[in-house]
Amino acid sequence: MEGRWNRRYDWQYDRIPSGCGLAAIISEAGRSFGGEEIIQSICVLHDRSNGLGGGFAGYGIYPEKRDLFAFHVMFESIEAKELVDAYFDRNFYVEESGHIPTRKIKEITNAPLLWRYFVKPLDDSLQDCELCEEDFVTRSVFHINGEIPGAYVFSSGKNMGAFKAVGYPEDVGRFYRLDEYEGYSWIGHGRFPTNTPGWWGGAHPFTLLDWSLVHNGEISSYGINKRYLEMFGYRCELQTDTEVAAYLFDLLLRRHGLSIEVACKALASPFWSDIDRMPEEERELFKAIRMVYGPALLNGPFAIVLGFTGGLIGINDRVKLRPLVAARKDDRLYLASEEAAIREISPDLDVVWAPKAGEPVIGRVRTGEPEVVGAEETVA
Amino acid sequence: MYTLLQPDFRIKRDEERCIRCGVCVRQCAFDVHSVDTDDGSIRSDESKCVACQRCETLCPTRALTLEENYHVANENYNWTGGVLKNIWKQAETGGVLLTGMGNPRPYRIYWDHLVLNASQVTNPSIDPLREPMELRTYLGSKPDSVEVVKENGSLKLKTKLAPQLRLDAPFLFSAMSLGAIGYNVQEAMARAATEMGIYWNTGEGGLHKDLYKYGKNTIVQVASGRFGVYKDYLDAAAAVEIKIGQGAKPGIGGHLPGEKVGDLVSMTRMIPAGTDALSPAPHHDIYSIEDLSQLIYSLKEATEYTKPVSVKIAAVHNVAAIASGIVRAGADIVAIDGIRGGTGAAPTMIRDNVGIPIELAIAAVDQRLRDEGIRNRASILAAGGFRSSADIIKAIALGADAVYLGTAALVAMGCHVCQKCYTGKCNWGIATQDPYLERRLNPDIAAERLSNLIHAWSHEIMEMLGGMGINAIESLRGNRLHLRGVGLSKTELDILGVRHAGAS
Repeated sequence: MEGRWNRRYDWQYDRIPSGCGLAAIISEAGRSFGGEEIIQSICVLHDRSNGLGGGFAGYGIYPEKRDLFAFHVMFESIEAKELVDAYFDRNFYVEESGHIPTRKIKEITNAPLLWRYFVKPLDDSLQDCELCEEDFVTRSVFHINGEIPGAYVFSSGKNMGAFKAVGYPEDVGRFYRLDEYEGYSWIGHGRFPTNTPGWWGGAHPFTLLDWSLVHNGEISSYGINKRYLEMFGYRCELQTDTEVAAYLFDLLLRRHGLSIEVACKALASPFWSDIDRMPEEERELFKAIRMVYGPALLNGPFAIVLGFTGGLIGINDRVKLRPLVAARKDDRLYLASEEAAIREISPDLDVVWAPKAGEPVIGRVRTGEPEVVGAEETVA
Repeated sequence: MYTLLQPDFRIKRDEERCIRCGVCVRQCAFDVHSVDTDDGSIRSDESKCVACQRCETLCPTRALTLEENYHVANENYNWTGGVLKNIWKQAETGGVLLTGMGNPRPYRIYWDHLVLNASQVTNPSIDPLREPMELRTYLGSKPDSVEVVKENGSLKLKTKLAPQLRLDAPFLFSAMSLGAIGYNVQEAMARAATEMGIYWNTGEGGLHKDLYKYGKNTIVQVASGRFGVYKDYLDAAAAVEIKIGQGAKPGIGGHLPGEKVGDLVSMTRMIPAGTDALSPAPHHDIYSIEDLSQLIYSLKEATEYTKPVSVKIAAVHNVAAIASGIVRAGADIVAIDGIRGGTGAAPTMIRDNVGIPIELAIAAVDQRLRDEGIRNRASILAAGGFRSSADIIKAIALGADAVYLGTAALVAMGCHVCQKCYTGKCNWGIATQDPYLERRLNPDIAAERLSNLIHAWSHEIMEMLGGMGINAIESLRGNRLHLRGVGLSKTELDILGVRHAGAS
């Protein structure tokens, strides 16, 4: 096993600009469907990627283990795995661990050791550090990614999973046997990184807990977004600007308890000229959001899809410098970089539209199951 | 005593061009030029010349040229002409060397070793002529998060924010007191600040009644002399600044000589005319950080928590820890004045040798406040020798919220940086209380020149921001990835938190 697949560059490379294609599907009725649809959709966007990164996230894929955190981990070496195993043994109850099922195909080579753990933090560990489960898992992810060389956690949520590799997305999907999973929500991404040979960890989605995020664009505010997140204990280790968007959503939605609507207005805020024209109460709210969350504003061109338990958000930057199309058909909400990717799997749509700059498109499972974590529409 | 000093400058008069109109004679408050009563020709006593270039600029036939007088032929690297002259001056007077303006010595100017980023291909640059480009800045303490509630279907802000100053562009005019500068200069700054949606600062000389109408764009200072501080003064202002120190003279106070304290200054400072106005080196009620906290809260109480309170310090060795203490003491804004900060009067040795460069101070303070998780609790204002919009945008990228402009504002109004502010004989009508000289500064024209400068620099900042693919200034603030160092050591880069050019 050569190290190249997972070679982490030194600090000089912590931000890698890239172009991309993305697609997402959610059944708002919470109906499960197989992973082949998202592969078929993203496949149409083949030319938006360059074979240096593809990935997916599926929600509702581990129903029997829904109460356990599913860690997907890449290992460069057996030694790295031994260190992570020991870390899990100390801090977690490990119900099951084993290979992530893959299919040998010629398009995907140099695979690292891909391992899956279903775990639960030990009560003792939680008490020792006075953290809630989610914060403890977050800290563990940062610990493994930052401190254990050759190990990289690329998924850490409950009843969801991320799958990613160097390759075209359609090949990555086949490699991970996504056709054998069923979920109610899927996100896909093909990457066109511009200045690095691409490493497996650099493919999208980027995840933390249940959040998974795919991104087409370049976040010019990365430098300050990163330093802002560091004030709240986040560590940006993954050499890409996409990571900060995932962590910002975690901070605003889960830790600050903001609604999706408000969080989106912080990350892609309206212009002052628009705020100045709002009625007073609204104006004061948006002024406060911009003043307080100015360092969290994602500036630069982007289209982002964020997945979480029970929902999806698609959002563009505040001047819409990257494509994003949305569509609905029956209980399904579709998002993609291009309409063609949606028509490919659902030719006969009820409605298709281009979301406005900074206006989030929110898809949400409307039935009781599955439960929505940390992202209620309103906060008390 | 016979002086050993030779003139600093040489004045060349082209006799063919000179029409003996006498403009130079009338314009020079230092009495350099005089008419020879014998033949009507004009003579110049170069020993009095300060090279303010007033005569040269106003001479209608361009007959005058000023040159540096390199008379010390055997100048060497250690014993420079300047050093010899200082010693002769002190040997002849026994006094402390005085000077004005900012530090002229060749300490590294880090702005000139920092370069900015721009977008190419992967990220479109934004054209500010076509797209919105936002420079609006709010100064004041921000909470860690906001709480929003939904009432009757609409979102409502539940968190109450601390008072904020709104700036349409990230500039303010530095503290320059009435006394150090003339009334017209303050009026020009007040009017330009009002027009451009920014702020000016009274300095510690009080606020003249006629300028109260510009109060909503005024920051009033409370310094160790407490000159002019009373209820109406605090009420008139948009914010209050406690002045602890000044970049040009960290650790020492101020001294406005009695001859500058005429009726206007006397009334505004609330001291008898003709008396020296002495600002002690420390505030005599602040001997530690907890005392500062008391003054901060006294001022907040006095203004009923409606105005931000700023604390201005000079950038000294331990600036990061001091700034952290100031934030924890309750300040809404920390203003830091670097080693190149200007002054109306300071001992030369202090101006030239005490303090640290503002670039390093901004970087250290911003990082320290972030390490402690309190960067949002106060805004950072940087001051000290900003020369251009490029310096300013780099300061913001290092972590400043906005920048104080002192010398640049004076230069815009006509100052030629002759460093003789302390004499009170400013030929440009700026640093003087002499009514004859003061009238040379027309506040209408000076305000327009200031507004033009702010407009021009704002536009340049917008162009540079757009080039980086950024359309709001807050996305650049503290965003050091948009800076690269050129020719800096590892230590310097580490302190600045900036990578060397070529590192991606």
